[in-house]
Amino acid sequence: MKNQDLYNYILGIADNSLILGQRLGELCGHGPNLETDIALTNIALDLFGQTRSYYQYAARIAGDGKTEDDVAMLRVERDYKNVLLVEQPNTHFGHVIARQYLFDVFHLLLMTELQNSKDETLAAVARKGIKEVSYHQRFSGDWLKRLGDGTEESRTKMQEAIDHFWPYTAELFDTTESDQKMIKSGIGVDVSLLKESYYKEVTETLEEATLDVPENPYFKKGGKQGIHTEHMGFLLTELQYMQRTYPNMSW
Amino acid sequence: MNIDLQPNIDKELIPILDEVADPEIPVLTVLDLGVIREAIMKDGKVLIKLTPTYSGCPAMDVIGDDLKAAFKKNKMEAEVELVLSPAWTTDWMSENGKRKMEEYGIAAPLDETADKEALLGNKRIVKCTNCGSTNTKLVSQFGSTACKALFQCEDCQEPFDYFKCLK
Ligand SMILES: [Zn+2]
Repeated sequence: MKNQDLYNYILGIADNSLILGQRLGELCGHGPNLETDIALTNIALDLFGQTRSYYQYAARIAGDGKTEDDVAMLRVERDYKNVLLVEQPNTHFGHVIARQYLFDVFHLLLMTELQNSKDETLAAVARKGIKEVSYHQRFSGDWLKRLGDGTEESRTKMQEAIDHFWPYTAELFDTTESDQKMIKSGIGVDVSLLKESYYKEVTETLEEATLDVPENPYFKKGGKQGIHTEHMGFLLTELQYMQRTYPNMSW
Repeated sequence: MNIDLQPNIDKELIPILDEVADPEIPVLTVLDLGVIREAIMKDGKVLIKLTPTYSGCPAMDVIGDDLKAAFKKNKMEAEVELVLSPAWTTDWMSENGKRKMEEYGIAAPLDETADKEALLGNKRIVKCTNCGSTNTKLVSQFGSTACKALFQCEDCQEPFDYFKCLK
C-alpha cells in the first residue's frame, strides 16, 4: 500500500467511532426510558455515519477492490486500533454515560482540530460531524450532571463509573508512529496537545456534577497498538457475524 | 446566501428532481431539502452530486436509489455521487419546504442562536405545530431521527418534532 501511514491514521480515528457505535447499538430497546433509548441509538447512528465516510476513504487508499465493509467488518482483533475506553461494556447506565462523556469531550476537541487538516476528505468529514458530536457531548454531559448531582444512589453509581473509566483516558492522547508522520505532514492532529483542554473541561463538569476528580497514578493502554481487553473479542464476534457467515452479503 | 454555494442544476432536470421525495418527510422533495448540489447532463448521462443532511442519515441511500429510478422512468441514466464538502446546512432548505414541513407537523429549524437557546431549554421559542403556542418544552435533544429533537406543547399537550438547525 502506497499510503500506509494515512491508512493507519484514518483507522485510528474511525475504529473509535465504529466500536463505540456498536456498544451503543447494543442498547437499542434497552434504554432506561424511551427518549434516552432513542438518543443513544441516534448517537450510534451519527458515529456509524462518520465512520462510513472514513472507511470509504480508507478502502480507496487500500486499493485492490477493497470496500468499506471489508475494512469495517473483516479485520482480525489485532488490526483494530480503537482505544480501550470505547470497547468497555455497558454494565449499567452510569457506565454508558461516563464512557460516553469521557469520549465525547475528546472527540469534539479532535474534530475541531481535524477541520483544519491538509487532507481535504478528513477535513470535510470533521466539518460534517462537529455539530453532531457537540450534541453528543451536551447529552452525556447533562446526564453526568443530573446523576452526579442527583440522589445518593445515583451519585454513588456515577462516581464509581467515573473512577472505573478514568484509567482509560490517558490513552486518548498517545500517538503512534503513523500518527506522528501524519502530524508532521499537516494531515494529522497532535492529540497530545489536547490533553490540557480535555482535563480542564472534564474537571469543570465533574465539579458541577458534585463528583470527585479521580486521582489515579496508573493508566490502562494498548488499543492503539491493537492490544485489546478481553471484551473486544466478544464485541467483534457479534459485529462481524453476518459478514463472516455470509461473505459479501449486502442489505 | 453565498453565491458559490448555489447548486448547479440544469433547468430541464428540475421537474424530475421535484418528483423525488425525502423518504422520512415525504412532503419534502430533494430540492426543498437542498441536498442536490449539482445535477447536470454530460455525455447523455445525468450526473448528480448529493450531500447528506446528517452523517449517518439512512435516507441518503434510499434517496440515491429513488433518484436513479426517477430518471430511469424518464429513459435517462443517472449517476449519484455523495459529497461531504461543503457540509449541508439547514439554510439550504427552501422557504417553501419549511412551510410544508410545518404543515406536516414538524417545527422548522430556527436560526443558529435561537436554536441553541431552544435546545438548551433556556428559552421557549419553538412554535407548537398544532396550536401555534410557543409555550413548549424540550423533551429530548434527540427525536425520531438524527435530524430532529422532541418537544411538547404545554398549552395543547401535543408532542411534536423540531428539525434541528445544522450549520
Ligand atoms: Zn400546542
